[in-house]
Amino acid sequence: MFAITVVLAIPFGSYIAKVYAGDKTLLDPVFNPLDKLLYKVSGIDEKREMNWKQHMFALLTINVVWFLLGIFVLMNQSWLPLNPDANPDQTADLAFNTSISFIVNCNLQHYSGESGVSYLSQLFLMFLQFVSAGTGMAAAAIVFIALKNRTTEKLGNFWALLVKSCTRILLPLSILVGSILAFNGIPMTFEGKDTIVNMQGDTVQVSTGPVAGFVAIKHLGTNGGGFYGTNSAHPLENPNYFTNMLEMFSQMIIPLAMIFSFGYFLKRKKFGWMVFGVMTAGFLLLVVPTMVWEINGNPALGKMGVDISSGVMEGKEVRFGSATSAFWSIATTVISTGSVNSMHDSTMPLSGMTQLLAMMTNAFYGGCGAGILNFFIFIILAVFISGLMVGRTPELFGKKIEAREMKIAMIVALLHPLMILAGTALAAAFPGITSANLNNPGFHGFSEMLYEYTSSAANNGSGFEGLGDNNPWWNITTGIVLILSRYLPIIGPVAIAGLLAKKKFVPESAGTLPTDSATFGVMVLAVIVIIAALSFFPALTLGPIAEYFSMK
Amino acid sequence: MKTNILPAIRLTVATLVLFCVVYPAIVWAIAQLAPNNGKGEVVVSGGKKYYANVGQQFTDDKYFNSRPSAVDYNAAGSAGSNKGPSNPEYLQTVQTRLDTLLVHNPGVNKEDVPVELVTASGSGLDPDISPAGARVQAARIAKVRGVSENTVADLIEKHTQGPLLGIFGPSHVNVLKLNLALDQIK
Repeated sequence: MFAITVVLAIPFGSYIAKVYAGDKTLLDPVFNPLDKLLYKVSGIDEKREMNWKQHMFALLTINVVWFLLGIFVLMNQSWLPLNPDANPDQTADLAFNTSISFIVNCNLQHYSGESGVSYLSQLFLMFLQFVSAGTGMAAAAIVFIALKNRTTEKLGNFWALLVKSCTRILLPLSILVGSILAFNGIPMTFEGKDTIVNMQGDTVQVSTGPVAGFVAIKHLGTNGGGFYGTNSAHPLENPNYFTNMLEMFSQMIIPLAMIFSFGYFLKRKKFGWMVFGVMTAGFLLLVVPTMVWEINGNPALGKMGVDISSGVMEGKEVRFGSATSAFWSIATTVISTGSVNSMHDSTMPLSGMTQLLAMMTNAFYGGCGAGILNFFIFIILAVFISGLMVGRTPELFGKKIEAREMKIAMIVALLHPLMILAGTALAAAFPGITSANLNNPGFHGFSEMLYEYTSSAANNGSGFEGLGDNNPWWNITTGIVLILSRYLPIIGPVAIAGLLAKKKFVPESAGTLPTDSATFGVMVLAVIVIIAALSFFPALTLGPIAEYFSMK
Repeated sequence: MKTNILPAIRLTVATLVLFCVVYPAIVWAIAQLAPNNGKGEVVVSGGKKYYANVGQQFTDDKYFNSRPSAVDYNAAGSAGSNKGPSNPEYLQTVQTRLDTLLVHNPGVNKEDVPVELVTASGSGLDPDISPAGARVQAARIAKVRGVSENTVADLIEKHTQGPLLGIFGPSHVNVLKLNLALDQIK
């Protein structure tokens, strides 16, 4: 399964590299006219090259437009069309949180899809799932362009990169995946809730809607926001093991392909493999123990005498089982998708810890585009540290890394722990406001708060969903964390790449530290582990680790 | 900034049309060819319509019981319990469920009760139980319905869905389909 995804990601990565380089591809006859039409309607000159600052202004401007439009739609959905279930408007704080969390590719949902949004809002959120993923990929493409071996300020056109990411990469795959999902029993209809009488005579309602199209892009764009409240655990969002595999494939394909396209684009395939190797090592370190813990079951239930051989089943679906759900829980947290097919709140304490760590490192695969950007920061740090260790001027791809780039990299690397730990500390400091929202007592309750801020800062969007998070405290604080943790980690790497692009190119010589070797890979992994361990170990001790020992 | 605002607004409108109208329309059109015109898989029995993939509440002794649910199987919403593994209140709930199950199924050892029968699912709408979870209820069903245990066991066997392609995923039994078949024997 994982192997198939990797095998398909390699040619797809080459396709992505061609799209950004403007080379010919098979799909040109369809997409050249479509893209031209979009540029024409929007009054965009796609040939106008931008420097990194112009790129960032364009990115932020269009994100503000989406944000305002999002607030408007969510706060007026009750009277706008396509609301067959007569769902009410969102409150201002919830609309603020929802709109932000969808433009930043996080999809932290403080509402339930069945009752909190109309179909029009769902369609609008689906639009944001396309363009937010496209934004991340466009930002990664700017970095790709900047790191080519030359000296320039011209880094392509932002609008063109954004449009191409959406139309040429996300759209065709979404149509394909969405159609397959619809054929597997996932609804794609605009009718409202259906009322049926159960075999035992209970009258219940069944929520349907345009689910298949939504589920396709939520995974391909690593957004993760569910159509239904329980996301991909819902039997109409993920009805069988085949759809589960397809959805898993969909969320991994673009992050994996982006790694290889990095290598293809720079004509440094070996470098792409180094990145892939480090990320896969990190992923396996997290996923293997999690699967073991979940398969072994909850010892507290084992003590009651029931048969726990099927593993931890609280919050899990029988058709997926404990092993598959454990695998998914780590895949979705390393990739920043944040879709879930089991309830993370009910997993074992140490599994909760690995899920948290996956988001705290935030660099193994990562989201569409954003993953590469986060990893780029760690590469800069590793180049600098290893440069100091061997006493050479640190350089990456023939460009010297100097104080200014290092300052930016450090700010971005430290912002992530700051957001998570300061947020959690604030929430813990005001128990009068926050403790009533917790679903579980003791250490686990602390983990719920820690998870919420970690998920926000990593732009992940999954949750320990027991937390009652639809109130002003959580909507506003996580909203602020979301904004800072999305845009600074995009601006930082693009700025570094833009500054590097302007510098003189120094050809590689015997004195250059090779960045595509296994040794350098180990160095990057070490930097990631040290930063994560030192920043987060104390907080993890108070939450999952304490809970683990209390269960002994 | 000014140079960006107009293109940003115009591009937003253009892509809104593409991703909010054209894209869902394409998937919707393709879905019309899917079973039940893309409205989800349904089972019709005795003139009544059920959603095959959406679990139903079964608490009667004459039916195979479904798993506990945080939303009582009302698919207007969906939710898991989100109880942590060490929560004392939660452990008490599970103990109560186990005791109730043992009262309704005399002769069953608690070691034979698979854990999913006493724990709530992620969606609250889980349509399945494991084959072991069905077998443990077989004696009760046979007694209440006055049929042989072998008949019930055969029925479970027949409705067990093995792993995908024989290797991927656990075996499971759709409770709704099993109970519909159960109502048909006589």
